[in-house]
Order: sequence, then structure tokens, then C-alpha cells
Amino acid sequence: MTTNKIYESIQPTRPWQASMKDRLTTGFILIFSLFMATLLVKITGLSGKLGFFVSFVFIFVALTSGREYRRFGSASAKDALVNTVVAAGTFLTLIPIASIIFEVFSKGYKGIYPGLFTHDMSLNSPNDPANVGGLGHAIIGTLILVAIALVISVPVGILTALYLTEIKGKLSQPIRFLVQAMSGVPSIVAGLFILSAILYPITKQNSAVLGSLSLAILMIPTVARTSEEVLNLIPSDLREAGVALGGTQWRTVAMIVVPAAKSGLLTAVILGVARIAGETAPILLLAGGGDRFNLDPFNGPMGSLPYFIWNSFKSGTPESIARAWTGLLVLLMILLFLFSTARFLGNRKVGK
Amino acid sequence: MSTTETTYVIPEKRVITTKPRFSDKVFRGVVTGGGLSSLIILGLIFGFLLYQGFDIIKSQGFDFITTSSWDIAYDEAGNVISSEFGLSAMLIGTILCSFIAVLIAVPVSVATALYLTFYAPHWIKKSMVTIIDLMAAFPSILFGIWAYFILMPSGVYWAKLINHYLGFIPAFANKDRYFEGSPFIASLILAIMIIPIITSISREIFSQAPLDRIQAAYALGATRWAMIKAVVIPHGRNGVIGGAMLGLGRAMGETVAVYTVLNLVFAINWKILFGVGGNVASLILTKFGEASAYEIKGLMAAGLVLFILTLIVNFASDQLVRRFGGKGK
Repeated sequence: MTTNKIYESIQPTRPWQASMKDRLTTGFILIFSLFMATLLVKITGLSGKLGFFVSFVFIFVALTSGREYRRFGSASAKDALVNTVVAAGTFLTLIPIASIIFEVFSKGYKGIYPGLFTHDMSLNSPNDPANVGGLGHAIIGTLILVAIALVISVPVGILTALYLTEIKGKLSQPIRFLVQAMSGVPSIVAGLFILSAILYPITKQNSAVLGSLSLAILMIPTVARTSEEVLNLIPSDLREAGVALGGTQWRTVAMIVVPAAKSGLLTAVILGVARIAGETAPILLLAGGGDRFNLDPFNGPMGSLPYFIWNSFKSGTPESIARAWTGLLVLLMILLFLFSTARFLGNRKVGK
Repeated sequence: MSTTETTYVIPEKRVITTKPRFSDKVFRGVVTGGGLSSLIILGLIFGFLLYQGFDIIKSQGFDFITTSSWDIAYDEAGNVISSEFGLSAMLIGTILCSFIAVLIAVPVSVATALYLTFYAPHWIKKSMVTIIDLMAAFPSILFGIWAYFILMPSGVYWAKLINHYLGFIPAFANKDRYFEGSPFIASLILAIMIIPIITSISREIFSQAPLDRIQAAYALGATRWAMIKAVVIPHGRNGVIGGAMLGLGRAMGETVAVYTVLNLVFAINWKILFGVGGNVASLILTKFGEASAYEIKGLMAAGLVLFILTLIVNFASDQLVRRFGGKGK
């Protein structure tokens, strides 16, 4: 019994963890620096959020580094300095995205009303208030554009990924580079290409199919690269088992590898859609735009969300700019939906 | 009496071969064809832009990238009398803006990547990675309109501050006090757009830093910063440069976001706070609306130049990341 007691009395210590006192001091320094920064902004010539942020970071760095220097010396002080700097960098990265989401929601929500999704703009002028007319035609147009681009780019993208992971031929390295280079093709160049290759010599008029072709060029690399990553995660045991059972490579890939990677491939497709759903420049060149419903992808300009936003923005009246923000809100909601679906699928275990 | 005679058929010997079957040949053919699509598409882009823009490039020669004027004179019947196409102001503007954008974005991205890899608690890391990936997927029109309405006023204010305190440096001079639509503001929005790209590449490279060396550094009593300086930075330096080049390529090709904030003028301008700038992609979008068939050819040639430029930058980035990405010192 006595031995047991000795055991119990030995508590594991965690010297690397911050003690309660350390945390309290850090909290105090944080509050004190915030207070001092506010004071500086109020009293001295420094003004605005920028002045506040800079003075806060400086005061915080000085106090934490000073404390570390007193306790552990200069190396530790430098560590504290870097710690604050990298945290401030992360904060700087977050500001724009927080601001974008906040502004889009606060400026866009006023225009949301049920008719927005069923009406088009054919009977409205840019001066009409935001609760007249709608972007139904734009949503339908974007759906058609994305659907056609999907049909073209998904097979090509997945075949490219299969070449890189299953065949691993001599051309793997160059093709990997070309896919990378293709993902760097500016969207306007993709638009100009379809313009010069098809619109001017052959069709001579805007149509949704041409827009989709240029979107497909932008989507293929995203699908190919994400699919390659997913297919690389499939353990090669599965492939070997397939071949050992007498399957040809074709049957192994089609019946074992691809089904195992199904949800990952779906994620790749969704990320590709997210990449092109808001693409504007090639749409302006190729699909044109319009104010009314057009369900024929082969004839005539077709409206789309990016075109709707662009056109409302360019019209310049306060009402149409409000409409542009509403369009951005709808686009952002679509993107958030696509993205969270992709996350959900991606978080599931591959191979299930 | 009937005896059933059983005959034994000896099967032929199975031939073991590595020769692919017919189905496999088809499969490999189709997949290889799909794999070559990127080569075909890139080749077609180059070919068609060259074909359409060839007249302009031939008639202008090197002037196309060394002069800066964009004038076409028509007679009454609409025929072209004389034309001058020069991209130099646009090219310099493109390179200047993207370069400044990279200069702004790299420190912020590297700090973010370091924080996420070595400092952040797990839950912050997880949610931040999601947010940054989301930001990378935002369309440029979203950035563009946000930049025009929200970033521009702040950007002008910051530009005035810089001009006030550092105006004696020629690059920050601005005698005309015209700050709207300057390359500085275009660079800011480009920087915001490429931060997620550079951050995720840097994060990937930092997380590949050899664990044994990290632990060795800690075991020798190094602080976190000393460890980063000794292990992570030598390991990841070239990879980060590659990521920055990739961001540079993206920034060069950006169209809509730059179009909304940049004041496009055909004059070479090195003063980054002065509201005069150039950008090849924005030029194409601006001129496209009212361009004649002849001018379109000039735009195609401009697109070709932009395409080649981004291809070169991407190639350099790929080489850097591949050669130095996964290796330490």
C-alpha cells in the first residue's frame, strides 16, 4: 500500500507548457498594449486603423520581448519577437477576406427577394430599384455554361490524372509541367484563343458553348491536379491485388482504383467548378450577355452571373451597383456551398 | 456391356506473357491521348494567337514591344491608313505591378505559413487553412469590385502617407497629387489575390522540413525561431522563391481585378503612386468592345505576348520548385 502511495504522489509535470501565471501575464500585456495603442491614437498624430495596428504591434513586441529577455536572455526575446511578427502576418492575411465577406453580405442582402431568382432584367433599366427584376436568367446561364464546361473538362482532366498516376510513361514529367503551365494561362488568353480559333472563323456570333470551351481550358488543370493527388493516395496494394486476381490494367483501374477514389474525384470536379463559376473575362469575350432568358447554348449571347455583376457594375447608377453587390452575394453563396461540399467529401476517408 | 470411355483432354500449356491485351492497349492509348491534351491545347493556343496576330507582329517587328502607342487611322471607307501598335507601356506596367505585388505578398505569406506550420494551435491551423483555400477560389470579379469600392479609398490614403514621408525617393514621387488608379493600388489587390497561393505553397514546403533536424535543433536547446532559422529557412528558401514566381505568373495574367482599379494610359510610368498605369490583360478587355477587325489582330498579338510571358515565368517557377522543393541543404 505504501508503494502505491508513492506512485500516486508523483505527478507528471509539463515544463514546456505555459503556467497560469504566464498566461495571465500575456493576457495583461495584450490588454495593456491595446489600451496604450488606443491612447496613442487618441492623443498623438497617429490616426486611423493603420496607426492603431502598427502601434499595437510595436508596443506588444516591446513588452513581450522585454519580458522574455529578462527571464531567458536574448535568444528567447528574438523568439518572442518572431512569434508576434508571424501572428501579425496571419492577421494581415485574414483582414481582406473578412472584409470581402462582410461587405458582400452587408451590401448585398438588401437586394435579395423571392422574385430575384425567377425574373430577368429584360423589362428593367439600370435605374430601377433593386427589388425589381432579377437574375434568374443569369443563374440559368451560369448553370448551362458550367455544365457544358464540366462535360468537356472532366473526362480530359481525369484521363490526364490517370496517365500521370497509372501509366507513368516517359512523358509524365513534361505533362505534369504542361498541366502546371496550363493552370497559369491567363483567363483572357483562353478567351482570345477560342475567339481566334472558333468565333471569328466559324460561328461569327456569341454563344454559350464558346464560353464553356474557354472555361473548360481553365478547368482542366484544376481537375487534373486534384485528381492526381487523390489517385496517388490510393494504396498500390489495391492495384497489385487487382492484377494478381488476373485483371487487366483496364479492369483494375476501372473497377478498383477509380471507384476507390470516387469521393476524391468528385472533390476535384467541385473545386474545378468553383474555379470557373465566377470567371469573367472569357465570358465577356465569348458568351456575351443579355438581359433575358436564353436556353439555347448554340445561338446568341447568354447571360451569366459574372456578366450580370459586371454589367451592373459598369452601369454605374446606385441602384445597379446595389444589384451588382446582390449578384456578388449570390455568387459567393454558390461558391461557399461548392466549397463546403468539397470539404465535406474531402474529409471523408479515401477508399471508403 | 458398355464402358464409358473417358478421354482426357490435356489443355494447352498456358503461355505466360507480359504482352498487354487488346483492352489494355486501347486503355493505354485513350489515357495517353487524354494526357497529351494539355500539350495539344497549349500548342493550339500558341498557334492560333500567332496566326491571327502574325500580320501585326510582322509589320511592327520589335517595335511591338519597345514603343508605346496604340493608334489606328482610318479613311472614310473604314480602311486602315496607318497603324501603330506598341506594348511597352503595358508590358512595363504589367511587370511593375506584379513585381510590387509579389514584394508585398511574400513577407506576409511566409509569415502566415510559418505561423500555421510551427506556431498555431491545431484548431486555428485547421480553420485557417480552410479559409485561405477558400480565398484562393474567390473569383477575380469579387476582388475587383471590392477593390474598387473598399480598398481604393484606403489605398489612396496609404499612398498619400507614403508620398508624404518618402516622397523624396523618385519611385514614390507624385507631383500631380493624383493618387486614384495608381499601380500601387493595383499591386495591393494583386498581392491580396496571390497571398493564398504563395502561402499554401510555402506551407507545403515548410511542412516537409526534415523532422530529425527539427528535433535535433530543439534537443540542442534552440528556441523556435533559432530552429526555423537553422533548419526550415535553408530547406525551404528556393521553394518559396518558386511559389513567389508562380504568384508572379498569376498576377501578370489577372484581368478583371486590375481593370477595375487601374487607370490605363499609354505612357510608361515608373512612379508607382501616380495614377497612371498599364496592363496587357486590361488593355485587351478595354479595347475589345469597340475594336475593328484589324485592331483585334493587334489584341491577339498582345495576348500572344502575355501568354509567352506567363509561360516563361511558370517554367522558371516549376524548375525552382522541382529542383529545390523537397531538399534541404
